[in-house]
Amino acid sequence: MLRRLLRRVSGTTVFMWLIGIAMLVVVVWGVYATLSSGRYKASDWIDLTVYGIAQGSVYALIALGYTLVYGILRMINFAHSEVFMSGPFIGYFVAMALSQSGFFNRQPFVSLIIVLLVAMTVSTTIAVLLERIAYRPLRRAPRLVPLITAIGASYFLQYTFLGLFGSGIKGYPEVAQLKGYWPFPGTSSGILRTQAVVIVSAFVMLAILYVFVQRTKTGKAMQAVSEDKDAAALMGIDVDRIIVITFVVGGALAGAAGVLYALLFKQVKFDMGFLPGIKAFTAAVLGGIGNVNGAMLGSLFLGISESLFPNLVLDGLGLPAPYQLKDALAFIMLVAVLIFRPTGILGERLAVKKA
Amino acid sequence: MALLELQDIHTYYGAIHALKGISIHVDEGEIVTLIGANGAGKSTTLNTICGLQHPRSGSVTLKGESIQHLPAHEIVTRGVAQAPEGRRVFGRLNVTENLEMGAFVRVDKDGIKRDMERVFTLFPRLKERAKQVAGTLSGGEQQMLAIGRALMASPRLLLLDEPSMGLAPILVEAIFDTITEINAQGTTVLLVEQNALIALSVASRGYVMETGSIRLADTAEALRNNEMVRRVYLGET
Repeated sequence: MLRRLLRRVSGTTVFMWLIGIAMLVVVVWGVYATLSSGRYKASDWIDLTVYGIAQGSVYALIALGYTLVYGILRMINFAHSEVFMSGPFIGYFVAMALSQSGFFNRQPFVSLIIVLLVAMTVSTTIAVLLERIAYRPLRRAPRLVPLITAIGASYFLQYTFLGLFGSGIKGYPEVAQLKGYWPFPGTSSGILRTQAVVIVSAFVMLAILYVFVQRTKTGKAMQAVSEDKDAAALMGIDVDRIIVITFVVGGALAGAAGVLYALLFKQVKFDMGFLPGIKAFTAAVLGGIGNVNGAMLGSLFLGISESLFPNLVLDGLGLPAPYQLKDALAFIMLVAVLIFRPTGILGERLAVKKA
Repeated sequence: MALLELQDIHTYYGAIHALKGISIHVDEGEIVTLIGANGAGKSTTLNTICGLQHPRSGSVTLKGESIQHLPAHEIVTRGVAQAPEGRRVFGRLNVTENLEMGAFVRVDKDGIKRDMERVFTLFPRLKERAKQVAGTLSGGEQQMLAIGRALMASPRLLLLDEPSMGLAPILVEAIFDTITEINAQGTTVLLVEQNALIALSVASRGYVMETGSIRLADTAEALRNNEMVRRVYLGET
């Protein structure tokens, strides 16, 4: 009995499980040490969680762009981080113009909506152009080819923005009404106003997207195309049109995410897309790439963990400046998920589905 | 005038010459069958009609209008629908949603509703499973769904690719009874089958394909009695 079990379990599996157990022990130990030291109050954890949700909801908007495109073209659109960057970048100039004319101070929320619409339009345009120019001609090429093209397009866009607008950090005008806290009633803690706005707007957009994909005819056609392009064409679905719509939706969400990101961090830069882009991609993989709900879930999970874990786990282990390690932590989580659950949290096995 | 006519169709898969001058026609109200062995070019013929493959030369005409240059999604709007080989239902959508996809090009809500009822009458099993995700249906149910989905386009011409594939004999019989019924309700059917026996029993005419060409063309009755067909496709000695 035991011998048969041993024969089935290879050395690599055992090794992987040892790594897994070791990681778990480190996490539990770190959490225990942190909590028993009593260095943080409950309100600190609430602040960190709220920050994580804000961050995660921005990731979710970006991650949907990756996951929708992957679902339909089986391709990672690595230029998506530049789709994300381009919207708020152009939005910055609009915001500055509004600010100089004094309109921004008089009507901050109308101005923000104008900036948001401009950013969404720019990002959508870039996404559609990418599809038309860089990806569609390669539709029948081996899968590695559009992937390389996407990386090329990503750098092309980054350096175009660098060349046109310079490498400096551009600060977004601040909205006076969004400074400070809204207190939680009955407690000593509160929520940063910008974070509240970011979370609410992101969740509204996620809800709209969810209803669009699950309930509308076009959304269902997107699902049909992602499952079987030829069968979808036989239903009279114009596959090319659905692909364009997918890039439009992904682009618009990325542009919106960009403005929310700029609200949180109050600045834009030509390479601002890289890290959130790769984090959102990580989140999409965590949730199960190609799966819309997975992307949302994975993003919130990643946002909250990278906000909580440095203090919760690493602090207890006595590491100096644990917060600097949050990016490393995000990618450790990616690797761990890829090892122990390659399909992601909600993902299905592609191999099984193809058979 | 024939409803559908293929004239001297040559279709290539890359360098492979898959159809070598196919000419067939289907008249209004008929069931016509295309039989032949694996790789004879039966599915390629259907895909050429549907626009999933484009012929290098030759013409496909529907009611006298040539359609061979049109993309697949536009051919559906002209009244041609296919239940493809291997069913290819949308596994993550439920039965009703699959049927809705079949009616994708239509805007007449009442007509769609009526056709949905019609499909549920033809296949009561689908009605029972209306909210079930299609990927969890049995093979027979998926075949019913594939045919029902094609009917939802309200086609003048229904193309069926191997509806008997992988099904138990009793189910095959039920499916073919329904095909006869669909035809009796006024839909013209072009049926591709490896199961020549059952195909020739429901069809009025048939074509026998071999390696990309039409070998024989005759009434179903005559083909059933043809020496070569009996030997090669009906397995008689």
